[in-house]
Amino acid sequence: MAKQLRVDPTACTGHGLCAELAPELVTLDEWGYPLVTNRPVPRALDRTARRAVTNCPALALALARVP
Amino acid sequence: MTGCLTLPFPAPVPAAGDYVLTGPDGGLHRLLPADGAAQVDLTAHLARYGALPHRAEPRRIIAEVEAAGLTGRGGAAFPAYRKLTAAANARPTPVVVGNGAEGEPASSKDRSLLWISPHLVLDGLQIAAATTGSRTAVLYAPRNERLHQRLALAIAERAAVRMDTAAVELRDAPGRFLAGEESALASHLTGLPALPGYRPARGLPRLGSGQPVLVQNVETLAHLALIARYGARWFRTAGTEEEPGSMLATLHHADGRMGVVEVPLGIPVAQLLGPREPVQAVLIGGYHGAWLPADQAATLPLANAALGPLGATVGAGVVAVLPADRCGLGETARVARYLALESAGQCGPCFNGLPRIAAALDHLARPRPDRRARADLDRWAGLVEGRGACHHPDGSVRFIRSALRVFAAETALHEQGRCSGTNPQPFLPLPSSPPLAHTDWS
Amino acid sequence: MTGITHTTALWYASRATGVVTLVLLTAVVVLGMLVNRQGRLPGLPRFAVTGLHRNISLLSVVFLAIHVLTAIVDPYVTIGLAATVIPFASPYKPFWLGLGALSLDLIAALILTSLARGRMSRRAWRSIHWLAYAAWPLAVLHSIGSNTDSRSGVMLMVLVGCVLAAGTALAWRLSRMAREVPRPRRAAAILTQMSAPVPLRPASPGRTHETGGHQVTATTAGQL
Repeated sequence: MAKQLRVDPTACTGHGLCAELAPELVTLDEWGYPLVTNRPVPRALDRTARRAVTNCPALALALARVP
Repeated sequence: MTGCLTLPFPAPVPAAGDYVLTGPDGGLHRLLPADGAAQVDLTAHLARYGALPHRAEPRRIIAEVEAAGLTGRGGAAFPAYRKLTAAANARPTPVVVGNGAEGEPASSKDRSLLWISPHLVLDGLQIAAATTGSRTAVLYAPRNERLHQRLALAIAERAAVRMDTAAVELRDAPGRFLAGEESALASHLTGLPALPGYRPARGLPRLGSGQPVLVQNVETLAHLALIARYGARWFRTAGTEEEPGSMLATLHHADGRMGVVEVPLGIPVAQLLGPREPVQAVLIGGYHGAWLPADQAATLPLANAALGPLGATVGAGVVAVLPADRCGLGETARVARYLALESAGQCGPCFNGLPRIAAALDHLARPRPDRRARADLDRWAGLVEGRGACHHPDGSVRFIRSALRVFAAETALHEQGRCSGTNPQPFLPLPSSPPLAHTDWS
Repeated sequence: MTGITHTTALWYASRATGVVTLVLLTAVVVLGMLVNRQGRLPGLPRFAVTGLHRNISLLSVVFLAIHVLTAIVDPYVTIGLAATVIPFASPYKPFWLGLGALSLDLIAALILTSLARGRMSRRAWRSIHWLAYAAWPLAVLHSIGSNTDSRSGVMLMVLVGCVLAAGTALAWRLSRMAREVPRPRRAAAILTQMSAPVPLRPASPGRTHETGGHQVTATTAGQL
């Protein structure tokens, strides 16, 4: 089942942990907010993605099923 | 060097009742009467339109709406029958909301409709409530004392003869651009500020309690009220095959006149504008819409099928011209500043990007702008799209990008320190005082 | 009677682990405030602050458990198991130990909800996490009241140090909060910043601090 990283932009306050923990999936824009790839998370990066989701201080990141 | 400088919000939005109805040839009179006189009296309303069908089966109504091809008239043009079906299937029973918030400053059609044909909107609200089985309905109207009184009277008149099965609550919408957004309205209903919410799952917005909310633009409801009476085939006698029916459009003419008219979808844009209006460009779809060059716009019908490929939409029916003596960049910069200030401030890319884009556009509207302003603008526009909880950044970028396309010649002139605009008077309407207080969202 | 008896060893262990727990809890609270206001520890990446906050909190649970167990098992004083979680139920120093039990209950709530973070609503988790501001002072009061020698020497220094550290962090947190622009005003604030007639310079990605003077560069969310 393919999964995708999604940011709730109203909850995100730009802590930036996601980009540190999952640099293959998330980069930061010039204001410190995440640019999340909209491609499905490859299986090899599944744990990395989960780590980023759990560690977000604002609980703004989620792994969602690709519609 | 004439000033194309941005001025802070001088043009007031007309108050309810100050409408000039200019009917182009080919105008219709389904929602608004030919003489423009308000139809507030319930008896007169029923005499004109006929009785509202009672106890019509929800499935039949929805089937009729589907056959009619009615789409939402709030700007998104979503098929109405699909929203009604979703609401009819939703559990628990939704609350039905008539959305007359009309946050778009250039649009006056919703308040005009509420002012002139309130009972048509209230009929539609009842029909929508009947399809979902709702016992509660809410009507959101713009904040206006006279309008509020008129609507309250209309609701009371109906209650006195027990005409409505769903109780209607009348509420004032906050006067913000985004206050009419679906999830913002739902939020306001809960008692929270009218700020858009993040909705990853498609479907009806929900209140904090979990109750779904069916939001329909007041014009959509008015059409619904007529479809329930006269049927789908009647509805389709106007408009095009793919985009049937009539719509209300707000026109802004070069001489400053503003009017709300009812036209069939697909009417030639040229017919909406006066024959000899000195126009360089036309803005279609409001401040989340797009500019088109005047000569191109004159060849087009007011329909998404034709406008879509050009990056424009019918939206909520705003058609505003840019007089030949104005600077398109300056006008766009003024609006861009307003759009930036209307950001809810929730999403980083939006509240960071839109003000920077507005500032860059302001630079471009001045003589000899910094070379980097354009590059910065393009970069920021790319960073902002699709990264907000609502479509405010997307719509604003669409509007601004269309301006850079259509007024490319003007940009070149400004680089040389010149400007084609001879009239520094602001043209596009914006609220007279920008609300910035936190409480203005509630 | 000379020599360290079994009883005295347990008593020392309980007090020692109690002190360590207090120090660790202070560190957790300070780090928590850093995380909340996007503060950084110099030289360390962002996730170090969150990571330390979480790891030290788990470590403090370990020491807290030992502190409580040694206290119960120690026959020198009577503190039933129940009294460690039910406040003010202990026969020995019921009030001061009761504060400790209360603090433990709150800490348990914090730890358990944080372990189940992904499964609850953001608002629910945050509401419970606010209890940290009650749990820590209760632990401090418990330390002061349970110890006879807390009024002097090393113990006093440790207490004062903890209170100073937490107080400084709180002052820092409040000052950051006061400088934060409320959401409805953020776009306006940036627009005002941008209105200064200066050249626009694109910022390098991910910059986290403003350059001084008139240049308009990236602004972190935390400052806005």
